[in-house]
Order: sequence, then structure tokens, then C-alpha cells
Amino acid sequence: MDTTGIIPDERLKREGIGARLIKRPELGAIAGVILVTVFFAITADSSMFTLSGIMNFMTPAAQLGILAIGAAMLMIGGEFDLSIGSMVAFAGLIFGACTVTFGLPLILAIPLTLAVAAGIGAVNGTIVLKTGLPSFIVTLAFLFVLRGASLVGLKLASGGSTQLRGVRDAVEGDWLAPFFSGDAFGPLFLWLAEAGLVETFKNGRPKIPGIPVEILWFIGLALVATYVLLRTPQGNWVFASGGDRTAASNSGVPVRKVKISLFMFAAMCGALVAIITVMDSGSTDARRGFMKEFEAIIAAVIGGCLLTGGYGSAIGAFFGAIIFGMVTIGLTYTNFDQDWFQIFLGGMLLIAVLFNNYIRKQVTGER
Amino acid sequence: MTHDTTFHHGDPVAQTQPIVEMRDIEKHFGNIIALAGVSFDVRPGECHCLLGDNGAGKSTFIKTMSGVHKPTHGTITIDGKPMDFSSPRDAMEAGIATVFQDLAMIPLMSVARNFFMGREPTIGKGPLKRMDTAAMNEAAVEEMRKMGINLRGPDQAVGTLSGGERQTVAIARAVFFGARVLILDEPTSALGVRQTSNVLATIDRVRKQGVGVVFISHNVRHALAVGDRFTVLNRGKTLGTATRGEITPEALQDLMAGGQEIAQLEGSLGGTV
Ligand SMILES: Nc1ncnc2c1ncn2[C@@H]1O[C@H](COP(=O)(O)OP(=O)(O)OP(=O)(O)O)[C@@H](O)[C@H]1O
Ligand SMILES: [Mg+2]
Repeated sequence: MDTTGIIPDERLKREGIGARLIKRPELGAIAGVILVTVFFAITADSSMFTLSGIMNFMTPAAQLGILAIGAAMLMIGGEFDLSIGSMVAFAGLIFGACTVTFGLPLILAIPLTLAVAAGIGAVNGTIVLKTGLPSFIVTLAFLFVLRGASLVGLKLASGGSTQLRGVRDAVEGDWLAPFFSGDAFGPLFLWLAEAGLVETFKNGRPKIPGIPVEILWFIGLALVATYVLLRTPQGNWVFASGGDRTAASNSGVPVRKVKISLFMFAAMCGALVAIITVMDSGSTDARRGFMKEFEAIIAAVIGGCLLTGGYGSAIGAFFGAIIFGMVTIGLTYTNFDQDWFQIFLGGMLLIAVLFNNYIRKQVTGER
Repeated sequence: MTHDTTFHHGDPVAQTQPIVEMRDIEKHFGNIIALAGVSFDVRPGECHCLLGDNGAGKSTFIKTMSGVHKPTHGTITIDGKPMDFSSPRDAMEAGIATVFQDLAMIPLMSVARNFFMGREPTIGKGPLKRMDTAAMNEAAVEEMRKMGINLRGPDQAVGTLSGGERQTVAIARAVFFGARVLILDEPTSALGVRQTSNVLATIDRVRKQGVGVVFISHNVRHALAVGDRFTVLNRGKTLGTATRGEITPEALQDLMAGGQEIAQLEGSLGGTV
């Protein structure tokens, strides 16, 4: 925070950079990234940290991270959404139906999918706010409803199967497709390959054809979310609504609007992941996004979000998701059994919660 | 107890039009009747004290004035026009600022962010419109200094402030935004001697600028020091309104205790109540 022009107080000890940093919510996640990097630098095959290795773990990190940023914003605003994983499947169905069944161009299919997701997010939010029930239980209901609806809907759309194929053919040649699928900056990588700056195959083509678009969406969303949280009035309202709903409302914060917008945003993050992954694989199925709501919430918690709301950061969730990607993919570069992943996950969550709890006491000076 | 004449009181305010006028306000919470028909008004440049025992309904009443509760019955008019606040934000936009008894602060957020919560100043245009953090920090520190509290820094979390410091943030914030009506619900309950007199002086200052002040207190001295009119609530009803000079401190104190004689009690405590 900018404190220029304010005379320092003699009752303040000069805070070391360490003490100051530890109060940032994202610190834990950054420390985690460093730790995990060091771990794999020692144990994993060196190809993990080549450019293609990095793209390899950043792609799943980005897909989870987009969800995690939505989940983190919602958590800072004091609510949960357990249905965003199922939302990926349901939005995938809507998107598949729009493109394959109805043959809509992307310029219609994408906004329509996002709008349906936002609508369901708004329903979630409205039920939570109107009834005062915990969002945990309301969205748990939607976790099942949306998963079930995806199954039923897919069978209807595909004539009995739980998979809907043909998305790739349907969106082939659409001018919007490059923004949501494939790799970006292809020509740049070709040029870099020619200049000998990136690894190439024997035929001279670069080993990685570009940056997968989800990574760009992921970085872009993290930056925008961080800016909104830290620099705009709306960001202040998110912290206030999550910190104490009544106090925020009494101070003039439109809490209801803020929370419903956050539910809509989280659902739309799910839909964005659905659009990107469905276009990538060319088909959609009912298992898409399975358990992703938990992973997204865990990434947000590793990123410094308090389960009670009012504290956290989007950039923390960004690093939390990267930790996920590094560990899932990184284990394949080592001699360890893949199944260590689950143990790691639980351990990481526990450490993160303990750490966050400690930090909160530091920040609030809880007595 | 003697009259406190620290502050100069304005001319009789009876002639001026009220800013806010509340008529026959009733508020029910399920089967609980918190307010059973209370009428009250605030005029520009006056300090109208709202007094009464614990649970009399003072906080509930001012919450209907500041848009937190919708009255079950009754009308609210501002400048003679009927008003129907659907949120505290509406009331703020009408120029009514409130210090709530529970202060309405977020412990995890910094002083500056709390100070401007809901009304953040911005710079820039369009998508680059952002919070003016420098202005927020400076204003928060400066307004707190005016109230007699030197903050360690504007980014200190409110949760780490002392009770009185926290109360002062709430008061400074309301004074800063209270364009027409300033409502203070027991603002001095946690304050030190110097900060209390600062708050009373602030009430006097904003009153002279034409702001209407609603002041809730359990302390007769504080009420008499700044009050122009005194309305006493008891069990959800008004016991009546008295103008300054019309009523003796003793009579007021008896009214505040719900009309019961506390003279005996006062006697047994050596007249210190
Ligand atoms: N939300 C609510 N639901 C039910 N009853 C309520 C609610 N708010 C207030 N009441 C009741 O209304 C009555 C008046 O409460 P209020 O807070 O207005 O009193 P008060 O005059 O401010 O008291 P104090 O001096 O202790 O602050 C109390 O009996 C209280 O129990
Ligand atoms: Mg009260």
C-alpha cells in the first residue's frame, strides 16, 4: 500500500521485508512453488524444466487455475461453490449441443454457454442469499443436479451415449476458434526455432508449436482478478462482503449484488474451462471436471484464501494451481509412484490451512 | 449535577423544516414488537438526543432511519418527500451517515479500506477507473488525527486497533460522509476522556455547519452537553420530547431509566450515578 506523505509513527517497529511479506496472503503459495521446484529439480528428469516440459505441466495447471481463480474470488467473498466441477460437464454439454446439434457458430455458442453458466451461478447465489443457508450445502445439491443433468442431456443429444463427438468438425474454420483452442504465437515459435532459440525436432519444426491458449487465459484472468481485488472499489466490496456481511451492507456495500456476481463469475470460469477443453478434445462427456471443485478450492486455500472469507488473493490461487500441475505431471518425470499425488494433496492442504490460520492471527493481531 | 455549558447552542430550531421526519414507526421481528409507534424528527443544525434504557428500541429505531430495517408501519419523509430506503446505501446517498453500535467494521481489512468501504474514491476513466489508494490513506490518517487519534499507519488492520480506536474510525468515517444527517449510536462508550470531548466537539462543529445530528447515549452529561432536544424511548414507545432548558438533568435521568425513580439508588451510591 502506498503510504507516502504519511509520517511514520514511533510506536511502529521497522518491519523487516520478511515480516511484511509474511502478511501477504499469496506468500505461502509462492513458497510452495519454490519448494516443489527444488524437489523436482533434484528428483525429476531434467527434461521437466525444458520449455516443452514446462508447457506440459502448465496446461493442466491452467485448466485447474481458471477454476481456482473463480473459486478464490468467491471464497474471498465469503461463499463456496461446490458445483463448478459439474458445471464444466454441464457447460460442455451446452457447448457441444450448440455447436454439434444446432450447428451454431462460436460467436453464438460461446456467449450462450457462458450465459447459461452465469444463469445457474445466479440461481445458486440467489438461493444462498434468500434462504441464508450455507452455500456449501446449496451448491452441493447443484454438484449432483448438474452432473446428473449432464448425463441425461448427453444421452438425449447423442442418442444414448454419454459422449458427444464431432465438436472439432463443427468448429473447424471458425474465426473465433484460435482464441479458445490450440496454441498461440505459432509464427513466433517458428521464428525462434529458425533462429535456434528453442528446441526443435530433426525436421526443424519447434518442439512446442506455441503457447496453449488456456495458459494465456489463465495468466490473463489471474492478472485481471488481482487488479480488480486490489485496485478497484468492487474488489474492496468483495473483501468486505466476505469479511462481515452485515457490517459491509451497513456500510453501503451492495453485498447481494457482489455475492451473486461472484457466483456467476465462478460458474463462468467453469464454462470457460469447458469450452477450451471440449474444443481441444473435440468431444464432451459427462465425467468432465470430475472432482475439480475440490481441487480448485484446495488451490485457492493453498493460495492463501481463508475458508471463512474476507481474505485471500487471486495470484495465490494462480500459484496454488501451478503447484498442482507441477506435482501431477512432475511425478511422471520421477521414479515415484503416481499415487503419491493424493498423499501430497492432503498434506499440502493441511499445511496450507495451518499456515493461513497462523497468518490470519498475525494480520488481525487476534488476542 | 450542573448544566454543562461548554458548547454554544444554536438559536431555537423550532422554526426550521426537519430534514428527516419519522411518523408512527413500528418495527416487528416476527412476534417481537421492537418499536410500537415512534415519531421523531431531525432539523438542520440541531443535535437531537435519543435516550432510553437498554432494549428500549433506540438502535432498532435508528436502523430504520439508516435503511437497515424497513419499518413494519409508519412513514419516513426527507425534506417533506416520502422515502423508502431499501438498503443502507440508499440512505447514504440521501446524505445520512451512521455510526452503528457494533461499528460495522471489517477486522481483516485495513483502516483506509474500512474508512472508505462502499464509497471508495476513484481516479482514472473507463476500464482504468481504480481506487485512489493514496487519497484514501491520507484522508483516513488525517480524519483520525482530527479526532485525536494518531494512527500507526493507514494499512493497519482494524482488528488490531483498540476498542476506542476502532470506535473513532467509525465516527470519523461517518462525520466524513454525513452530508446532512449524522447518526451516532453510543459513539463514546469506549472512548477516553480526550477522545470523548473530541467527539462532543465534533458534534457541535458539524451541527454549526447545518448537519442534523442524532445522538444516542446512556450518559446524561454527554447528552446535556450537546443536546438541543431530548427524546426518550421506553419499551418501544416515546415517553416524550423535551427541549433544552425545559428539563432538569434529574428529570431527564429518571426518564432515561424508564421513568423509574433512581433517586433512592443514587442516594445509596452517594450521588455518583
Ligand atoms: N433482529 C432482531 N430480531 C428480534 N428482536 C430484535 C432484533 N433487533 C432488536 N430486537 C429487540 O428489540 C428490542 C430493542 O432493541 P435495541 O437494540 O433497539 O435496543 P437499544 O435501545 O438500542 O438498547 P441498548 O441501549 O442496549 O443498545 C430488544 O428487546 C431486542 O431484543
Ligand atoms: Mg442499542
